[in-house]
Amino acid sequence: MTLRARADFAPPPLQRLLQTIPRWLLAGVPLPLLQPFLGHIATHVARSRPELFARLGPHAGKLFLIDPIDLPFVLLLRPNAKRPQLTASGRLPRPRHDAAIAGTFLDLLGMLDGSLDGDALFFSRDLRVSGDTEAVVVLRNALDDLEGNALDSIISAFGPLSAPIKYFISSLRGMRTEKHDG
Amino acid sequence: MDDNGYVRPDLVCPAGTPAALRAAVDAGADAVYCGLQNATNARNFPGLNFTPAELEAAIGYAHVRHAKVLLAVNTFPRAGEFALWRDAVDLGARLGADALIVADLGVADYAAQTYPELRLHLSVQAGASSPEAISFYCEKFGVKRVVLPRILTVSEIASVHRQIPCEIEAFVFGNIGMMAEGRCSLTNYVCGLSTNMDGVCSPAADVRYEEDAERNLTTRLGPFVIDRFTNGESAGYPTICKGRYLCSARAEPYYAFEEPVTLNLSALLPDLMRAGVTALKIEGRQRSRAYVRAVVSAFRNAVDDIMAGRDATLASLIALTEGHRETEGAYRSKTWR
Repeated sequence: MTLRARADFAPPPLQRLLQTIPRWLLAGVPLPLLQPFLGHIATHVARSRPELFARLGPHAGKLFLIDPIDLPFVLLLRPNAKRPQLTASGRLPRPRHDAAIAGTFLDLLGMLDGSLDGDALFFSRDLRVSGDTEAVVVLRNALDDLEGNALDSIISAFGPLSAPIKYFISSLRGMRTEKHDG
Repeated sequence: MDDNGYVRPDLVCPAGTPAALRAAVDAGADAVYCGLQNATNARNFPGLNFTPAELEAAIGYAHVRHAKVLLAVNTFPRAGEFALWRDAVDLGARLGADALIVADLGVADYAAQTYPELRLHLSVQAGASSPEAISFYCEKFGVKRVVLPRILTVSEIASVHRQIPCEIEAFVFGNIGMMAEGRCSLTNYVCGLSTNMDGVCSPAADVRYEEDAERNLTTRLGPFVIDRFTNGESAGYPTICKGRYLCSARAEPYYAFEEPVTLNLSALLPDLMRAGVTALKIEGRQRSRAYVRAVVSAFRNAVDDIMAGRDATLASLIALTEGHRETEGAYRSKTWR
């Protein structure tokens, strides 16, 4: 397995193009249309993966701002076991939050599915953290410990659409990785 | 020992979560070390480590796959609080841990007296680097393996090996900090928590990251600025020993103790194995399972190559390193800093 330090080189043109695909797809989508899907994801993960909350401890009530920097919106997550909250919001003005995590959409997905190391992304400056650092560390550890991976849990919320969504994300990441390491 | 003069070493790998333990075992770890969710281990970080039930399941997972689980009980109890450490020793013995990694004299004595059949390893936190000190632990508590502090050259390790009655475990990859393991109190001064007694270095609750509009990153620990990284400059951990400071004797900020850098002894593996190192240790219980999988796989392949008489081909691990820099530390030369 060869991993490369991303901060050491500028991404090639094709990779930059691939990174914009999620933004194209989501650019015209009004945020209110996303809310039912995001709410469903939060409820589904809370119901199917209760072990996540034991590791979160007192930080389960914190409000996390997750900023996929290449998407046209940010996400607000409150990983409360009984009343989980996941909503989309405009980037400006910056919504109130306890802790913030920012990175590209695919890097954040890579952390969710256990294929990328958060510390390494921080070292390379590809991952930005601000606010309550302890809450971020706890969330990272809780997600990293999920049996299987957290991304699969999220995708499974879409029922029959899970397979094509998973295929699409895998393809996107595969093309990018190929260009990345090649 | 094989025809090349090598004794096949155990690959000892870190796990901060059950998922990381499974990743380590699946990637070829001979042994995995882990800790409980309290101050009894030196990686007492939030959201990390094992509940008793998780530890029991993890030991079962590892044993079915012929891997060992080593329980780190390697901090120093405060006066009057020994019960927590005693309970950790009892739990490790009851659940069938293959060894306890201990540092404190009282913990070592309790384990040796109560569970004479339970294997004891001496933690790097004990800071035992001389044959005399190591032999003391072996004679008094029956210690079977010492984890050497990262202050010795390979030739010094070979010399120690000839003079002690136990196995040697040496770090080969991961975070490298102050060369005063078990004695560092820098976090105490700033945060009021002890690395050696509370098990936490630079507690995340006291760490703040601030990035300005030009993407210059300021790292704070408590009230102190630890470092400033310019846009694009690789960052490091927010520990005082890795901080970059201003002082009147220097024109520019400088790393007073240690630099953001990761130990990587892949090029020295054959020398370490010839020097009598019985176990190769990878640091990083605080890291993700992606790190564990990548590093363990790389070293598994390298050790297997060496044992088979091939040149070791270690995959690049630079992307996982702190500050994107690697060092062989004191293992090659005492003048490395």
